[in-house]
Amino acid sequence: MTEQPIHLRIRRQDRPDTAPYWQEFAILGHSDHNIVSLLMALRENPVTISGERVDPIVWEHNCMEEVCGSCAMLINGVPRPSCSALVADLDQPIRLEPLPKFPVVRDLLVDRRRIDQGLKQVKAWIKIDGVWDTHEGAPRIGPDAWAADYLYSRCMSCGCCMAACPQFGPHSSFIGPAPLAQARLMNAHPTGRYDKTERLHAIMAEGGLSDCGNAQNCVRVCPKEIPLTTAIGELGRQTTVQLLKDLFGPR
Amino acid sequence: MSKPNVIVIGGGLGGLWATLRIADAGFPVTLFSLFEVKRSHSVCAQGGINAVLDTKGQHDSIRQHIIDTIKGGEYLANQPPVKSMCEDAPGLIRTFERMGVTFSRTPEGLLDQRLFGGVKNKRTCFAGASTGQQLLYGVDQQVRRLESEGKVVKHEWWEFLSLLLDSAGVCRGIVAMDLNSLEVRAFSADAVVVASGGMGQLYAPKSTTSTNSTGAAASRCYRQGAWMANAEFFQFHPTAMMGHDKNRLMSEAARGEGGRIWVPKTPGDRRPPKTIPEAERFYFLEEFFPAYGNTVARDEAARAIWTVTRQMGLGIGGDGGDRVYLDLTHLDAAFIGSRLGAILEIYRKFAGVDPMTEPMEIFPAAHYGMGGLWVDFERSADGGIQPESPRNHATNIPGLYACGECDYAYHGANRLGANSLLSASYSGRVAGEAVVSYLKGLASDRGPLSPEIPQAEVVRQQAINADLMQAEGADTPYLIQKELGALMTGKVGVVRSNPELESALGELQVLRERLSKARLGESSTWANQSLAFARQLGDMIELAGVVTRGALARDECRGAHYKPAFRIPIPEGRFAGDPEFEAYRDRWHANNAQWLKTTIAEHTEDGPRLSYREVDLSVYAPTEPRDYR
Repeated sequence: MTEQPIHLRIRRQDRPDTAPYWQEFAILGHSDHNIVSLLMALRENPVTISGERVDPIVWEHNCMEEVCGSCAMLINGVPRPSCSALVADLDQPIRLEPLPKFPVVRDLLVDRRRIDQGLKQVKAWIKIDGVWDTHEGAPRIGPDAWAADYLYSRCMSCGCCMAACPQFGPHSSFIGPAPLAQARLMNAHPTGRYDKTERLHAIMAEGGLSDCGNAQNCVRVCPKEIPLTTAIGELGRQTTVQLLKDLFGPR
Repeated sequence: MSKPNVIVIGGGLGGLWATLRIADAGFPVTLFSLFEVKRSHSVCAQGGINAVLDTKGQHDSIRQHIIDTIKGGEYLANQPPVKSMCEDAPGLIRTFERMGVTFSRTPEGLLDQRLFGGVKNKRTCFAGASTGQQLLYGVDQQVRRLESEGKVVKHEWWEFLSLLLDSAGVCRGIVAMDLNSLEVRAFSADAVVVASGGMGQLYAPKSTTSTNSTGAAASRCYRQGAWMANAEFFQFHPTAMMGHDKNRLMSEAARGEGGRIWVPKTPGDRRPPKTIPEAERFYFLEEFFPAYGNTVARDEAARAIWTVTRQMGLGIGGDGGDRVYLDLTHLDAAFIGSRLGAILEIYRKFAGVDPMTEPMEIFPAAHYGMGGLWVDFERSADGGIQPESPRNHATNIPGLYACGECDYAYHGANRLGANSLLSASYSGRVAGEAVVSYLKGLASDRGPLSPEIPQAEVVRQQAINADLMQAEGADTPYLIQKELGALMTGKVGVVRSNPELESALGELQVLRERLSKARLGESSTWANQSLAFARQLGDMIELAGVVTRGALARDECRGAHYKPAFRIPIPEGRFAGDPEFEAYRDRWHANNAQWLKTTIAEHTEDGPRLSYREVDLSVYAPTEPRDYR
């Protein structure tokens, strides 16, 4: 395999409050290069197509096996992890932009702490008495329920679903698909179920489930193929039941 | 007096477990992480976590788990911590289960367990093909719960730079840098836990670890007086898929299910692999190990690949020809599709090539550091470790604790499969409990840290930054890291020899000098990643020196450290009772008398000063050489 010049257009931004600008690069690489490895090669010698030496590009990466979720960005207009984006599968020039909807820190690095906020909002955890051994096993979970839950437990908070969602962003308080899917997961757990009402009330409030416009973009871009819209549908039914309980149920 | 507080550095399994335990006990914790906590390298472990639950009617026993761990590590692990870890493993699994970890289930809805390398019984709990990710998320969710209750504060995108030591040498806090604003600030604490992970990036890019696994934090503690132990032991995994950025693990299962490893018999044969006739292929594992063939043990396979590529010059691939083929193409597509789906997907996704139709190109990759920061333990009356003793997981610096891959305990010279998630979780919990005891025992009249100490340290760290920002040398740190990785892979890798180790020490010195004159290539004072990286690289070179010095001094073969010149081969076809085997056993004992010892490295201005400590062998005496025939 011989090296060929790969043409990159990268949207850069020096600081959160400065204007973005574009730079173009041609870098030698193989077709089995992924975007992370190209950016790594580029930072060794960051020279633009017009021969200007510029600052190395800033972006986030860690595991590079598509499990840590850190390297997501907009690649040719599609939000996806850059480690599993192979040059061979991309049209050139390859356009790299920071993941939209999240505040840009610098270049391709964004601040996704709003996902974390959402997880806190929906209480995406199982409430346990403490982390010691109670000498009791957990409740049983059948293989079918396990298989359904497992899909959601693989969410790596990469933010691709939120980036693709027209409802989520700085303009709205919508919590976004990723935390919603975690609410679905926790509500299904035999112990997590105890706090279902609290979670449902959280997503019935402002910025919750009713802000979902059902565009279905989230499920199309999820690198882990998590059935986000199924989760949102299930939560819709759960909140309807909850609403009736709130209206007519015992106080 | 306000409530004592703790700083935890690192948000992987070890760090999050320590955080949970300390915050649960009512002490405030501040958690520092280079990135959002969920993204640490623990997520990458796929295989599983060991615990004897004996759910498969095999009469598995905790005693056997202890022995497998001790023998797997060639007796180099202190045995009381190993004993307690194995005994506590079932309880840890139960706790993870209560946290909602989606462990794979049996038809009855109970925990499923499977077989893993180096073990005869089904002892490994797993969560699909993403056990590490699921375990990490379990504790991450609990930490988030405590955070929402105000018991934990997270400092994400902050990097630990140095310890604050008082005049008595006690750890009283840290200095850290905001990776965005580059602000350097001192944080006081009554105890500090380092859980900063492994150091696989010393071997980059031929390493399976995350790019943040630089070992820099451990190295910084070492430079301030913390001991490193057994750093020369570094496990290499024989079958990792090559990438330009890193190597990705191809599970042993590929060979277990019938995968064959080969190279063309003619050096430099550039024909596409499928067109090379069977007779012109060298199936070297099958020739070297007729009894085991392709399923020979990890370390043997890694060394055989090394021999064929580095010594016989038969490797494939452009750059130096260091790869071999792992071939699945002769197997039934439906069969491997169902049995090896996960790795087929990874290879397709990251190499863009289908391993069902093209052989995979693989290389033995640096995988897991057995060594790390030295930590203490207190032996209990029953031969394990004393629960809640403040000595457990304490480094030699009072008030500083270490857990997870950055400490050296549990594995000895070699790691048993599926024990790393266990040791990370267990050590995090134990370290947390030890810190709680330490805090309870603190004298209430201990005065505050004198303010000159943090002030001076912040100034010193800012000066390091300023020097790096102004340097105008020839090389960038990224280029130097590439050379460091190549040097370590080539000379301090799978197979070692003293002349090469000697020359590696000299080359490390050159790299250190070049780094001191490197240029960052940018001067921005906002989110300057090159600055953080250049600092880490200096610490990596320091650590590489410790690994190399330890390897040079250790004239034997033990686990992940292999020097052919000092090999004591098992006589072929001979077993216990046979005079030849007994003569071998005598030599093995004599070697143990000299080398069955923990290497301790202490930092000095002239490089690491090595000494050796006895290993606690009180649980299972070394009478049986490791023999997987």
